[in-house]
Parts: sequence; C-alpha cells; structure tokens
Amino acid sequence: MVEFSGIKEIIKPENLVYKKTNIMTENILSYCPGCGHGTTHRILAEIIDEEGLQSEAIGVSPVGCSVFLYYYLDIDWQEAAHGRAPAVATAIKRLQPEKFVFTYQGDGDLAAIGTAETIHACNRGENILIIFINNGIYGMTGGQMAPTTLPGMKSSTSPYGRDVKTMGYPLKMTEIVASLPGSYYVTRQSVHTPANVKKTKKAIRKAVKYQKLNKGTCLIEIVSNCPSGWKMTPVQSNKWMEENMFPYYPLGDLKTPEE
Amino acid sequence: MEKELRLMKGNEAVAEAAIRAGVDGYFGYPITPQTEIIEYLMEANPAGTTGMIVLQAESEVAAINMVYGGAGCGKKVMTSSSSPGISLKQEGISYIAGAELPCLIVNVVRGGPGLGTIQPAQSDYFQSTKGGGHGDYHLIVLAPASVQEMADFVELSFELAFKYRNPVMMLSDGAIGQMMEKVYLKPHKARVKTAPEWATTGKPTTRERNIITSLDLDSNRQELFNIKLLAKYDEIREKEVRFEEFQCEDAEYLLVAYGTSARVCQKSVQLAREQGIKAGLLRPITLFPFPTKRINELAGKVKGMLSVEMSAGQMVEDVLLSVNGKVPVYHFGRMGGIVTTPEEVVESLKSKFIGG
Amino acid sequence: MAKIRGSIVVNVERCKGCEVCMVSCPTGTIAMAKEVNGKGYNYAFPANPELCTGCANCAMVCPDGVITVYKTKI
Repeated sequence: MVEFSGIKEIIKPENLVYKKTNIMTENILSYCPGCGHGTTHRILAEIIDEEGLQSEAIGVSPVGCSVFLYYYLDIDWQEAAHGRAPAVATAIKRLQPEKFVFTYQGDGDLAAIGTAETIHACNRGENILIIFINNGIYGMTGGQMAPTTLPGMKSSTSPYGRDVKTMGYPLKMTEIVASLPGSYYVTRQSVHTPANVKKTKKAIRKAVKYQKLNKGTCLIEIVSNCPSGWKMTPVQSNKWMEENMFPYYPLGDLKTPEE
Repeated sequence: MEKELRLMKGNEAVAEAAIRAGVDGYFGYPITPQTEIIEYLMEANPAGTTGMIVLQAESEVAAINMVYGGAGCGKKVMTSSSSPGISLKQEGISYIAGAELPCLIVNVVRGGPGLGTIQPAQSDYFQSTKGGGHGDYHLIVLAPASVQEMADFVELSFELAFKYRNPVMMLSDGAIGQMMEKVYLKPHKARVKTAPEWATTGKPTTRERNIITSLDLDSNRQELFNIKLLAKYDEIREKEVRFEEFQCEDAEYLLVAYGTSARVCQKSVQLAREQGIKAGLLRPITLFPFPTKRINELAGKVKGMLSVEMSAGQMVEDVLLSVNGKVPVYHFGRMGGIVTTPEEVVESLKSKFIGG
Repeated sequence: MAKIRGSIVVNVERCKGCEVCMVSCPTGTIAMAKEVNGKGYNYAFPANPELCTGCANCAMVCPDGVITVYKTKI
C-alpha cells in the first residue's frame, strides 16, 4: 500500500483516533471524486461496526449509482429492482424481525419510480430504515432530471432548466413521509462538513435504536452533491448545494419522537 | 394423522395447502378470479398458529418484490394473482429468476389481452412458459386440473423451487380456481427454521457476505451465468417432466390439453370413441418442462394431434415442435372466457382429420 | 501546557483528489500533491504536518475512507 504520512513519531496504535472501519471492504468505490455516496457509506459502515450489527444487518441496495453498494459494506445484501427496495425490505424484516434491515436509495429510485413502494412501506410503519440520497439528479445514467431537480436547474433532460410548468415541481418526499402516521423518525441531513457528518451519524444511530424498539419506519434524507452531474468540482458542488439545495430542502428533523 | 377431506374452491385449497405446507410468507393483491386466496389466508390468520406472514401489498409490483425479499432470506414465500396482475409482476419475476430465488407464483388465468374478462382462459401460456419478463430464463410451470391438484402442487412447487433455486408458477385458470370439489388436505408440516447457506440472514464471522443480485456488468461472467442457467433448465427438462395419459394405448388421434381443457377433453375422448374414433389424451402437468419426448414418441403412433386450449393457440406451438412434422397438428380453442365443450372438441377433431 | 499534535496517513491509491479534506482542514495541514497516483489523481497529503492537531475532520468528510488519523499530547 502506498501511503503518505505526517509526523512518524505520532503514528502509533495507542494514538489512533480515526481509521476506516473494516465493515468497509477494500474495494475502491465506483463513485466520482467527492461524491457524498462514499461519505454516507462510510458513516453507515461505522455505525454497523460500532453498534455490533454486522451479523444482523441486511441491506437493500437500489438501482442507481449505489447499485454496487454490496461491494463496499461487508454485510448481507439484496439488490432490488429500481424503486422496489422498500417492498423487498418489508418482506426481509417481516420474515426476520430480529434483524436490522435498511434500504439505501437515490432520488430517482425512491421519489420517482418507487414512490408507491416508499409511501406504502412508510404508511404501514414497516420497521425499517430508509436512507435517501437526494442530489437532485440521475447520476448513473448521466445527469438526467430527477423528481427532486430544482426549478430552473439544468440536466440532460432539462437542458434549458427545469420548467415547472411542463416538468412539474421538485418532490419533497421526506415531507410526505413525515406526514404519514406509520413513520416514526424523519430527518434531513447532509455529509459535506465534519459537523454535518456528526449529525448524520447521530441520526443513523437513533434510527438503529428505534428499529430495535420496533417503533416504525425511520427515513433519513441526505441532501448530497453530484459533482459530475452538476458539472462542478467537488468543492464547488458542496458550496452550490448549500446555496441552492438547502433553501429548498432545509436540513433538520421533520418528525421526532417524544422521548 | 389422517388426511382431511373438505369441499373447497381451488383458490381456497391453495391457501389452506400453503398454511399446511409450512409456507413462511404470502404477499398478494386482490384481483378476480383469485381473490379468495388472500381472503382465505387473512381469515385463517396463520400468523397466530404457524407464524406464516400474510400481507396485502399496495400493488402486484410490490407483492412480487416482497416475494423477492423473502425468498432472498431463504424463506418459503409465495404470491398469487390473475393475468393482468401477473403482467405487472413480470419485472420482479425476471429479477427472481436472475437472482435464482425459489418461490411460488400462482396465476389463476382470466381472458385477455388488457383487462379482458374475469372469466377463465388459458391465454397466458406463452407468458408463463417462454419467460414473460425480460432476459433468458424459464419458470418451472405446473398446470393443475383439479382442486386437489391446486392443493397438492403447493408443496410440489416448493420442493422443485428449492431443489433448483428457481421460481415455480402454478398456472391455473378461473374455472379451477372458482370451482368447488372435494379435496384431501395433507396434515400440517412445521415451518423450516434453518436457512439455505446462500440466504441473507445476517453475516456471521464464519462466512463471506451473502449477496442476492441479478446484476453483473462483466460480460464474460454474465455469459457464464447464462450458461449455468441453461444447464439448470436442461437438467429440469431431463428430470422433471410430468404428464398424464388417457386412453393413448390404441389412440389414432391425440388430444393434447392441460388444466380445465384437459378435463373437457377426457369427456371428448369418451364421446369420440362412442362414435368410433379412437381418440386419446395427453395432459401435460408440467408446461415447462414440456413433455416433448413423449409427444414425439406418440407422433409415431397416431395420425394427428389436436391441441385444445382456451386461447388463440399457444401450446400448439410446443406440440408442433415436439411432433417435428411427423403428423398434422391443429389447434382448437375458445376464447373470451368461454370454456370449450366436449362436443365442440369432437366436432373439431372430425372436421380437421376425418372430414365432414 | 501540553500541546496536542496530530498526524495523518493518506492511502494514496484510494484517494481521488476531490479536495474535500483540504477545505475541511482547519489548520492548513493538507494540500494536493503535484504528482498523481496510479489512477491519475492529484492525491491529498500532509503538506504542513507540523500544523496537524489530529482533529480528524479530513477523515470524517473523506468519501473514500482514505485517511487514518493519530493524535497525542506532547
């Protein structure tokens, strides 16, 4: 392994404060540089590691950029058809209620083709965690308009900008889910700064706890970037996200249980 | 324990047999003429007895993907629907075939295309036996011809599904689903608690992670997977062909029919023989694998064959392929939800082969 | 008074040069190398290692799990 290190004397096992968890495999992530998918995967892997969930976690990966999620986290996985992850997860959890079951879905998967599966799984209060990555674009197919693409935002299928008169409005699925009686904990976070990473991690840890207590559906939306799809550098994309995505998709809890 | 005798609808028999066979989960959506299956299961409420999960999904699409999820856990799971609903399930069925998951899909066929009719038909033969969804795959297709077989084939379906890691379709129709007959029910079997080694049950430190997927972007590996599937289908063709013969020993004309049409054709054979026409009947029980070999053998003994189906003529193509030009093969069938009468079949046989 | 000193180790071949760590570093420890790794990316490296406090901000935002962080009191 080629490494570049800082001051050698400090690099001792007893001084270790952060190391990639072994739940993340050695496979190189297929994502573009700076993509929030990788950061979210890592946070999820850390929670699985820290909470000792490897032997009970069953993930459902979507169709989209994160279709190969099962290459990256060393747990059991099922790869679902486009949009169907909440239905797949429903059965996994119903048939193995003692396991930790989650889906990981993008905006196209969760908020367009899988709208019905998402809403109904949440409305039944399925005891699963849904992680929803919203970057306002179809990344894998090369930057097409998503249900969450902002008004005026350009994509390869809205080359003159999303015209809400003909293309409709960005769909706030997380708000819809929060309004359903079956959902228990619904929050919107991001992973582009250390502070936001900490908040997201805390949110996932809460969702793990709620699932153990059979509380109902937890949904964590991560407003994320798509440097390639947005045609920006990663650092620019994070800034653009703060300035444009966050006003439309404000961060914070949408539904928190009374504790 | 003695077998229990009951008078039941075909749909009810499937439901009761599923509970007794130790099925772990049923995921469905109402559609005529098969809704009694989910109604029966909901009323029986097996969650409290065997622990079987019964869930009414938001759509056929969701239901089949629940089957995917449950089957991926190594559980005995099933769904049921009727023709338009089965069309909706095709995406999921293709993924299930691609991920090599065992499950049972019951199709209580009604006439089509489109919304068609709620009356019985056999017009989903192509869809069931030739794939239905996208990609190179086959289902194992069982065709019950009685309420008893609708019950018995539940257990058989799961045996085959798990033996070959392949989805099984029970291709019934609205007549058998709705008719009432006496049925001997098997005693209860306990649900299996252990999971196959490939199932997603949570990764212990003792094994690699299990991944249920139908995706491989490496063309060479994907082709090798396709070849592996073909080898499995060949093995199924070799070992799992099931059919029944009725007065074939001295037959000069062979009727080929499955399901409801096969019941009709038993009577047609009798009527034809009363008129001096030596007719026989071959009833395929498995539609995939099709009894190709046996039909080819019989082609050397008879003067012609008539494929009788409640469709525009679908199975007749497989009969033609099996006969391979040895004797003339024709089709006779009614559509639109009409069940063929035995007399019509005899008339067709006479007009096609004997004249007049 | 004890001073907190940190040190990072960058797995060069996993790095995609996205610079997210660099902008997250509060002390200016990290810069992007002029050289490229095997995949052609200008990878992150501790250009000013003496400034590192071991806060792990860089590792927390790294999408590819490239950075390992150590910290001690001197």
